[in-house]
Amino acid sequence: MTEKKDHEKILASIQKPVVGEAGKTGSWSTIKPKLDLEKCIVVTTGKAICHFCWLFCPEPIISRTNPPKIKHEYCKGCGICEEVCPHKAIKMVEVSEL
Amino acid sequence: MTNNEEYEIMTGNHAAAHACKDAKVQVVAAYPITPQSPVVEKISSFIENGELDARMIRVESEQSALIACVAASATGVRTFTATSSHGLLLMYEILCWAAGNRIPIVMNIAMRAVGAPWSVWTDHQDAFTVRDTGWIQMFCEDNQEIYDTNFQAFRIAEDPCVYVPTLVNYDGYILSHTSMPVKLESQEKIDEFLPPLKHHLNLGDMNVVKGVCPVTTPDVIKREEGTAPGYYEFRYSLQRAIENSIDKVKEVHDLFAEKFGRSYGNGIYKTYRTEDADILIFAVGSVAAESHLVVDKLREKGLKIGLISLKLFRPFPANYLREVFKDIKQIIVFDRDIGYGYEGILCYELKSALYQLKNRPFIKGYIVGLGGRDVVAKDLIDGVYRAIELEKKNEYSEQTEFIGLRLDELDFLKKEVK
Repeated sequence: MTEKKDHEKILASIQKPVVGEAGKTGSWSTIKPKLDLEKCIVVTTGKAICHFCWLFCPEPIISRTNPPKIKHEYCKGCGICEEVCPHKAIKMVEVSEL
Repeated sequence: MTNNEEYEIMTGNHAAAHACKDAKVQVVAAYPITPQSPVVEKISSFIENGELDARMIRVESEQSALIACVAASATGVRTFTATSSHGLLLMYEILCWAAGNRIPIVMNIAMRAVGAPWSVWTDHQDAFTVRDTGWIQMFCEDNQEIYDTNFQAFRIAEDPCVYVPTLVNYDGYILSHTSMPVKLESQEKIDEFLPPLKHHLNLGDMNVVKGVCPVTTPDVIKREEGTAPGYYEFRYSLQRAIENSIDKVKEVHDLFAEKFGRSYGNGIYKTYRTEDADILIFAVGSVAAESHLVVDKLREKGLKIGLISLKLFRPFPANYLREVFKDIKQIIVFDRDIGYGYEGILCYELKSALYQLKNRPFIKGYIVGLGGRDVVAKDLIDGVYRAIELEKKNEYSEQTEFIGLRLDELDFLKKEVK
């Protein structure tokens, strides 16, 4: 196996989510998602069967875990997660209410 | 021909469609434009009758067609499209995205003039216009070559040493709508020659969160997770990949020739009666095809003339051409295209390649057959004789010369009196 040349290693520019790339970019949002663990179907069933919040979050700051974890310091407060949650487990609240 | 039953009579467009089917392309997205449309119509019928297991994405424009191909390819599948002229120009931006992301799409161009004025007939302006987008470009002279070149194009584009999208160009109507015998190869043999695509991207894997082509900074990105190249490094890499692909083009051509018994020169250019020649014609596609006749007729007259028909246009095989032309006294370039404000594109590219030669040949370029004006041997022969006269006097014409103009047939040009 010969050593790969530079142009064989430098291919497409790839984007991976990295924590804190441009500082804590959620600082300016006024509302944030709050997850109700009793309503979240991932938590109640213990199965990875929904995760719409993870799928639709444009940042992405919601993890595909049980329970889903939200990194509020990077959340822009768009509210998509609240909109797509089929179990109404996410509610956008004032930052002070978190 | 060993067995006539192995051959089918088909147009260049259908030869391209058959190549797409036999290459087991998985996604096709295209928009109809004359003279390319029958390529996609045929592919569509292959999919419909179950001969090709592929997804045809119907889109609203050529730009969307190529975007769909880029996105599909980034999930790791083999993709194909075809277009012409204005369709190609509408794709221009996405051509750059495909190359910059090293997406190994194969696209066929049924070459056609670019408006205005509106024309559906052939010239090479559309293909040459996209030469700086970062695609490999190959030209064909007959329908069998279209079929064969497509397999080579996939193999080159998808090679891990290359990963560069590739264009297969052929003249609209002259090949696209002309029927010729084409030998179709068995699926088994093609599969051996063309293994499934191993893409460097696989966005279909939802477990890996990643996107392609974010804003990429001028400088190298340094993070705790590791370093990432800046824009400059990506563009350097693309250039190196294309430059180095020339060896792969040759290697793939030779492998193809060995397996299928058909070769196209050395895969980079084709020669015709060049032995002992001191004058060479340089051309591509339909013009090169017509030049065979020119060479034959002039050889009868005792001229030591031959033809170099360029197959690989990008990467421009400068080293190879320097080797071919180093002992040649005179070159005549017939361009079915113009770099407006300068001269024929093939002509000035060849001149720049040969600049390093110690004994530079006398190069005379002509424009021929724009917008489908018939390129006839008689006109080309006149051009050759005129070039020989100019060479004797060592005279360079200041302005571009057009062969086959019919200004004398325009009566209003004669009636005008000052």
